[in-house]
Amino acid sequence: MPEPSNPLEPGSPEEVKPKVVKPKKDKREKLFTQEFPLVLTASPHDMNVASTPKIMWSVTAALVPSVAMGLYYFRWQALWLVLVCVGCALLSEAAVNGLRKLPFTIGDGSAALTGLLLALTLPPGLSLVSAGLGSVFAIVIGKQIFGGLGYNIFNPALLGRAFLQASFPVALTTWVFPHTAKYAGIDGLGAATPLGLLKFEQTSTSYLDLLVGNIGGSVGETSALAILAGGIFLLIKRYADWRIVVSFLGSTAAFGGLVWLFNPTGYPDPLFHLLSGGALFGAFFMATDMVTSPVNPIGSWIFGCGCGVLLVVIRVFGGLPEGVMYSILLMNGVTPLINRYTRPKYMGEL
Amino acid sequence: MKLFTFKKGIHPKDQKKQTSGKAIEVAPLPKEVFIPLNQHIGKPAIPVVKKKDVVKTGQLIAKADGRFSANIHASLSGTVKNVGLFMHPMGSRVPMVHIVAGEFEEEWQLLPHPEDWKTASPEELLEVVFQAGIVGLGGASFPTHIKLAPPADKPLDVFLLNGCECEPYLTCDHRMMLDRADEVLDGMLILMKILGLKRGIIGVENNKLDAVLLLRERIKQRGETLEVVKLKTKYPQGAEKMLISAVLGRHVPEGGYPLDVGCVVNNVGTALAIAEAVTQGKPLVERVVTVAGSGIEDPKNLLIRVGETFGNAILASGGLTPDALQVYMGGPMMGMAQFDLQVPLVKGTSGVVAVNHVAEQHNKIYPCIRCNACVSACPVHLLPNRLFRFTEKGMPQEAHSRGLMSCVECGACVFVCPSSIPILQWIRVGKFKINNQPKEA
Repeated sequence: MPEPSNPLEPGSPEEVKPKVVKPKKDKREKLFTQEFPLVLTASPHDMNVASTPKIMWSVTAALVPSVAMGLYYFRWQALWLVLVCVGCALLSEAAVNGLRKLPFTIGDGSAALTGLLLALTLPPGLSLVSAGLGSVFAIVIGKQIFGGLGYNIFNPALLGRAFLQASFPVALTTWVFPHTAKYAGIDGLGAATPLGLLKFEQTSTSYLDLLVGNIGGSVGETSALAILAGGIFLLIKRYADWRIVVSFLGSTAAFGGLVWLFNPTGYPDPLFHLLSGGALFGAFFMATDMVTSPVNPIGSWIFGCGCGVLLVVIRVFGGLPEGVMYSILLMNGVTPLINRYTRPKYMGEL
Repeated sequence: MKLFTFKKGIHPKDQKKQTSGKAIEVAPLPKEVFIPLNQHIGKPAIPVVKKKDVVKTGQLIAKADGRFSANIHASLSGTVKNVGLFMHPMGSRVPMVHIVAGEFEEEWQLLPHPEDWKTASPEELLEVVFQAGIVGLGGASFPTHIKLAPPADKPLDVFLLNGCECEPYLTCDHRMMLDRADEVLDGMLILMKILGLKRGIIGVENNKLDAVLLLRERIKQRGETLEVVKLKTKYPQGAEKMLISAVLGRHVPEGGYPLDVGCVVNNVGTALAIAEAVTQGKPLVERVVTVAGSGIEDPKNLLIRVGETFGNAILASGGLTPDALQVYMGGPMMGMAQFDLQVPLVKGTSGVVAVNHVAEQHNKIYPCIRCNACVSACPVHLLPNRLFRFTEKGMPQEAHSRGLMSCVECGACVFVCPSSIPILQWIRVGKFKINNQPKEA
C-alpha cells in the first residue's frame, strides 16, 4: 500500500450541522487513495464452498452404483433408457429456457438428475419413445411450469413416472428379468417384481437376490446394496436429510411389521418391505429431494413417517403391488401444509 | 467439564492463529486524529471545543447530549484544526473533531476518580463510567452507563462478561484476557459493584483455553467467586442474546434487552476500559484493535488511539499485501467493508481485517432449493428462507409476523446457503421497509 498521502479533505470547512453533504464528483475521485479501489460488499464477507450445482452433481454421483448395477443386469436396454431420459430432460430444459428467454440452466445439474432418476425407476423393457415422453413431461410439467428449479411442488421425476403409469399402464408393469436371473421366464413373456410375485402369486424371493438385485424390477431399484452405497454417501455429505430416510424406512418397517403380524403368510415381512420395490431408492433419493420435502426438522419426521405408512397401505391394501411413487407424491402435496404447521418458535417469540 | 453452547449456529474457520500468539503492541502516536461525535448508539455528543483550541489527551471535547449519549475525549494532545464533516467507517459523512498533534510533548488530563474503588459508592463509580464516555467495545457501542442503571422493576441476578470473540480473525479480546487479566477482572468487579450483583460469569470459547486457565488461576489467587465457563467454539456466540442462551439457557424476548431476563452482558474490552477509568481516571481514548487477515503483511494486536485512521493502523502492521482486495471494520462475518482508508477507528472498532479474496457469494445466485441449511444455522431459530422470499416479493409485513425484526444479522444463513442467495441483505431490506413504513393515523 502506498503512503496514504492525501488525507480526505472535506468539501469545505463547515460548522457542525445535521445536514448530509453529498461528496462532489471530482472529490469522489480522491476517496480512492490506493492504487486500486477496494472491493465493497455487504456483510457477511465469508462463506463456505457448498453450491447448488455441487449438490446436484453429488446426488448424480451417488446414483452411479445403481446405474452400474442396472447396466450389469439389463445391459443395452438400461443404457438406452438412461441416455434417452437424460437427453430428453436436458433438451426440454434448454427448450423451456429458450422459450422463456432465460439463461440456460442445464449447468446446474438438476435436469440431468431428474432424467437419471426417472430412468432408474422405469422398467428396462419400456419403449424409448414412452421414456422420452415421460422425461419431457417431468421437466416441462413437473418443474418448469412452476418456475424452474426450487419452485416445483412435486418431485419431477416421480411426476414423470406417474404420467407414464397413467398413460401406459401395461408397459409400466411389464417387467423383464435380469440376464442373470435363474428363474427367468415362467411363461417366457412377462416377469414380475418380488412384490408382484408375493401379492399375486404368493411366491417369495430370497433376501440375497433382493440385496444384490438379481430380480425383476426397475433399472436402478433392484440392487439394495448399490442404493445403500450411494445413499450412505449422501448422508455423510449431508445432501440427504437423515431424518427423512430414518423415518421413512423406520415407519415402513414398523407399520409393515404390524400388518405382517396379523397375517404372516400373506403379507410381506418388514425386511422384505424395505428391500423390495423402490422403498430404499425412494427413501434415499426421491423423498429427500430438498425442494419438495419439508424445511423444518419436525416436518421432516412427519413427512418421512407419512411416506412410510402410505407406502405400506398401498402395498398391502391397494390394487397396486408397489406404492413408493404415490406415497411420496402424496406427501409432496402435503409438504406446504407441514411447513406451515411446524414452524419453529423463534428465540424470544412472545 | 461441561461445554456450554446455544442451539444451531455455524463453524467458520476461526483464522485466529495469525495474531493470537502475539502480545498487544502499543501503536505509534498518531500525527492527527478524526474523532466522530457519534461513536455510540443514541444522540451524537455536542462539541465543546472549537477551531484552534489547544487540547490535552483525555480532555473532554464533546459532552453527552442527555443520558442516552456518551462523552467524547481528545485522544491526542494538539490543536483542533477543524470541526466538520468527514467520512465515518459506517459509510456516511458525520461531524468529527479533527485534531493535529502539537509540537509539545503529550500531556494527559485525567478524570477525577476515587482513591480506592473498593470503598467507593456505586453512584460514584457509575459517574466515573459516564464521565469517561465508555461504550460497549464489542462492536455495538451501546453506552455502558445506561446498561449499568437498570430500571428498578427489573430484578437482576447475574453479570456476564463476554469473552467469546466468535468472529474469525479477531483476537483483541483474547489478548486482553491474557495480557491484562487482572485489569479485566478489576473492571468486572467494578461493574458488578455498580450493579450490586454477586454472581459473575465469564464466558470464553474453548479455542481460547489459555485465557480460561489464566483467568481461573487469577480468580483463585485473588480469592474471588467469579466463574469462568468454557463455551463450544461456534459463531455467533458473541452476540449477547446467544451468550445468554448458551450460559444461562434464558431467551431474551423479542425487542427486549438482557435485563429483561435478569442479566447484564459486557465485553472484555469494556471491562478493561472501565478498570482504567476508575483506577487511573483515564477516559476511553484508546483501545486494542486486531489488524489481521490475508491482506495484511504483519498482523498484530495494537493498542491504538481512537480517531487514528485505518490506513495508519494498517501501516503500523506492515501495510497491505499487494493482492489485498477488501478491508473491513470488524470481522468478516459482520464487518463493514471500507473503500477509503482515511476513515478513523472508532470506539466500537474491534478489528481491521484485510483479505485478498472476495467471497464466492458474489458470483452466481441459484434459486432457493429449500435445503434447510439456513434454517439449521439460524441462531434465532427463524426461517431465513421464508423471510427473504417474503421481502423479495414485497411482503415485508408477512416476514414481520414471522420474526423479521428478531434477526441479529449475524450472516450465518448467507454463510451456509448453497445457492449464494443474499438472504441477510434481503432481510435488511425488509427491516428497512418495516422501520420506514408510513405510520397509520
